[in-house]
Amino acid sequence: MKKLLMTAAMAAIALGLGTTASLAEKYKACWVYVGPVGDGGYTFQHDVGRKMVDKELGDKVETVFVENVAEADADRSIERLARDGCKIIFTTSFGFMDPTIKVAAKFPDVKFEHATGYKTAPNVATYNAKFHEGRYVIGQIAAKMSKTGTAGYIVSFPIPEVVSGINAFMLGAQSVNPDFKVKIVWVNSWFDPGKEADAAKVLLSQGADIMVQHTDSTAPLQIAQEQGKFGFGQSSDMMAFAPKAQLTAIVDSWGPYYVKRVKAAMDGTWASTQSWEGMAEGAVTMAPYANMPDDVAKMAADTQAAITAGTLNPFTGPITKQDGTVVGEAGKPLPDGDILGMNWYVKGVDDKLPQ
Amino acid sequence: MDQSLAVLLTIITAATPLLIAAMGELVVERSGVLNLGVEGMMVMGAVAGFAVAFLTGSTLLGAGAAILAGIAMSALFGFLTLTLVANQVAAGLALTLLGLGLSGLIGEAFVGHPGIKMPTLLGIDALVPFSFILTAGVAYVLFKTKIGLTVRAVGNSHNSAHALGYRVIALRYLSVMFGGACAGLAGGYLSLAYTPQWIENMTAGRGWIALALVVFASWRPLRTLVGAYLFGAVSILGFVVQSMGLGIPSQFLSALPYIVTVIALVIISGNKRLTQANTPACLGQSFVPDR
Amino acid sequence: MRLILEKRADRSPFFAIASPFLALVLTLIAGGLIFAMRGINPLEGLYVYFVEPLTQLWSVEQLVIKAAPLVLIGVGLAVCYMANVWNIGAEGQLTMGAIAGSIAPVMFPEWQDPSILVVMLIMGTLGGALYGAIPGLLKTRFNANEILTSLMLVYVAGLFLDWLVRGPWRDPQGYNFPVTKTFAGWQLLPTFGGTIHLGALFALVACAALAFVMGKTLIGFEIKVTGNAPRAGRFAGFSRDRMVMLCFLLSGGLAGLAGICEVASVIGKLQPQISPGYGFAAIIVAFLGRLNPLGVLFAGLLLALSYIGGEAAQVTLGISDKIAKVFQGILLFFILSCDTLILYRIKFESGRVGALKAAE
Repeated sequence: MKKLLMTAAMAAIALGLGTTASLAEKYKACWVYVGPVGDGGYTFQHDVGRKMVDKELGDKVETVFVENVAEADADRSIERLARDGCKIIFTTSFGFMDPTIKVAAKFPDVKFEHATGYKTAPNVATYNAKFHEGRYVIGQIAAKMSKTGTAGYIVSFPIPEVVSGINAFMLGAQSVNPDFKVKIVWVNSWFDPGKEADAAKVLLSQGADIMVQHTDSTAPLQIAQEQGKFGFGQSSDMMAFAPKAQLTAIVDSWGPYYVKRVKAAMDGTWASTQSWEGMAEGAVTMAPYANMPDDVAKMAADTQAAITAGTLNPFTGPITKQDGTVVGEAGKPLPDGDILGMNWYVKGVDDKLPQ
Repeated sequence: MDQSLAVLLTIITAATPLLIAAMGELVVERSGVLNLGVEGMMVMGAVAGFAVAFLTGSTLLGAGAAILAGIAMSALFGFLTLTLVANQVAAGLALTLLGLGLSGLIGEAFVGHPGIKMPTLLGIDALVPFSFILTAGVAYVLFKTKIGLTVRAVGNSHNSAHALGYRVIALRYLSVMFGGACAGLAGGYLSLAYTPQWIENMTAGRGWIALALVVFASWRPLRTLVGAYLFGAVSILGFVVQSMGLGIPSQFLSALPYIVTVIALVIISGNKRLTQANTPACLGQSFVPDR
Repeated sequence: MRLILEKRADRSPFFAIASPFLALVLTLIAGGLIFAMRGINPLEGLYVYFVEPLTQLWSVEQLVIKAAPLVLIGVGLAVCYMANVWNIGAEGQLTMGAIAGSIAPVMFPEWQDPSILVVMLIMGTLGGALYGAIPGLLKTRFNANEILTSLMLVYVAGLFLDWLVRGPWRDPQGYNFPVTKTFAGWQLLPTFGGTIHLGALFALVACAALAFVMGKTLIGFEIKVTGNAPRAGRFAGFSRDRMVMLCFLLSGGLAGLAGICEVASVIGKLQPQISPGYGFAAIIVAFLGRLNPLGVLFAGLLLALSYIGGEAAQVTLGISDKIAKVFQGILLFFILSCDTLILYRIKFESGRVGALKAAE
């Protein structure tokens, strides 16, 4: 019996070594996800990006991910990947910022990329996408399509990305209809289909006829479809869930960035950057415009083209804040820092932010 | 649609899964068993219901699969706690872990596919009237029939019930599996009617609320109904208040259903006659017949 | 054929020790099968899951860090459950402990000497204890069931923390992200050389102290009696209400201490999410440890190993975290059912004999 166990243990160790050796030749790129890959939204889209790396770089890379990592556990998960031979590690949630910086200090030879944060180091880059560009486009569409002149907006948590999204949406809508209104409901969750559906029903009952969401599930769109109203997809193209209701969707396309950065890390050109890509770089794309008259679709496509070309910036001054003060110089876009840390509403938003 | 009617309908949808799951757990606890694994059984029901409806195209078969999945999970719990007399609290929590993991595995293939919605009657999901029938049925069976009397007897004193010749373990198995069927169906309601899709952890803690509602209702079916609708109503009205843009912190409105439930329980519990007489005396205790 | 349990005259000393090992063997077999079904070499899988985490100093440290809050909370809950007091809201008490303990560093970020750490730990413990006292009071004053009230207060505490870090306590230099200022210097727990911090020591001390209290003191006896035989307790003049409050204060305080230890070490600030469900996992730990303070210590380490091993398996073997959860569930099931053998003998009877016996 003892002998058998010994043999088994030896076999196990040999196997363990065997796998490590055979994988050592591949470049190891790793991801830390805040949610399950099966969330169909935020983490799902990051995983689509990871798979693109797999596809584009083929057998030169090996990709590994850890999913459902609680913020309190992030330290350990990131360090485990670094110890396990990952050469570049993408940490995909704001809450992973300090853990990423901490672990990066211990592993100077490993490259780290943190999504949506602001702290960097020689081996830590940050990346984010200008989702507000897409929100400006859907704001215009909403103002054209709404009969009641009111949109219902379901939101998760008041972080700058969400706040700047609301503002960009409103600015887009006001460029079409200056009196456009938005009703906002915070569900305090990124992800709870039931709650999101409840919030959508309430908003539609309160006079909104367009659903906008900054939460991850398809539930609000499905409710819009059930009630014969319209809405927009979030993170991914949700057309399959609401073929009659989805006007378009703001799609997170992390893939091109991931491929670019892994390549750079492999050929030694990687540097710590603070990337903030938008429509121009293909990081933010719009799902096909559907369920709308041709003139509305044309307007949306024109706006999208202008933003992509750089001739239109949603946050071009002067912008009137909710409290009546004016920010930004005429004809000039707001500085990036103002948008990345945005904590105020533009005029016309009927809600209060926690201060 | 009339505004308040729409809000009322939303409250009904929010309350129905809570009510169905709680009604099952009520019977389980009345028989003296505490199964904290409602969340795990519910989420298994959700994935099984979605998978079968997706593959066969029939929501009826889906609902059946949800029920069966719940029963299977509860039978596992029953084997552990009733046959092997393992600790019920720990086994229930382990059941939740297992259910969350297993459902995620099974559901991997179904993420990102829209589901089929259960038929509705006048804008109301078919399971809504069923939940009322279930409540009335449980109330009737528990308090007006011999089998209900037996279940309550087993929950109040398994030793005396055994001495009287009742088959304690068999009755508890039946009750536990009834609870599993209800939890499974409640999960199926989520993935087939509430939001027809499968996403990991889509129950989002509703199993725990159902458990709390049973205690809230002091193990009375009609009070469970009131509790589920109270909880649903406060949650939904929180959204209504938010949409008015009054600037009340959303966290406070989100916390309100929990606070209201606690306050309501405190008021009810002040009246000892109402609660103590109803608490199953053997709740959570294992039973092994002497031979 | 049916399975029959026969009560032993005494606890089986053999199975008291052997049952965890039997459970482990069964889990290894079941786990091996799961790995094999997913196309992974079972031996390699089990090695990665259960052995590898123990072979590196780093991961042993991580194991201890992860186990510390589980043990600290679990040992308090064990006492509660022993007294038949059903506190399942330790997660909320942990949160409130973390908040109360963070008042000092958030309000006085410049305060930098050992006294602030002491204040933080005391405030944290008090915060958890007082939040635990709410369901205790509602139980003793209004007879409100503590399962419901303690569970509901978990959600309330979480939302309160959320509001704090997004509103009044937000770091003004933090680009409006929901975090407080980062704690530094004496606002963080000292470590023992590596990454293991003072929290681990607190957990050990709590286990030892409660083992002593439960085994050797009158109050420990009182707790056991009120739990096992409430009537006898009443005759002996033990106050049930006093016991309920005591248990809630104790378990809440320990959960609060665990909470402030987490934010003052690994996390280093307050943020919306500070615990990956330690308060709930600790309930399993309490029962896995058979409600015995020393048993809780081992149970906490075992559960921590199953988390760490699960994560290692994700990275090394590429399995999903769902398999790790399934694995944990199975492990718990086996451990719980093997414990049956301590008090019972298992016999199989043919259906007919069983029926005859039942008819007797």
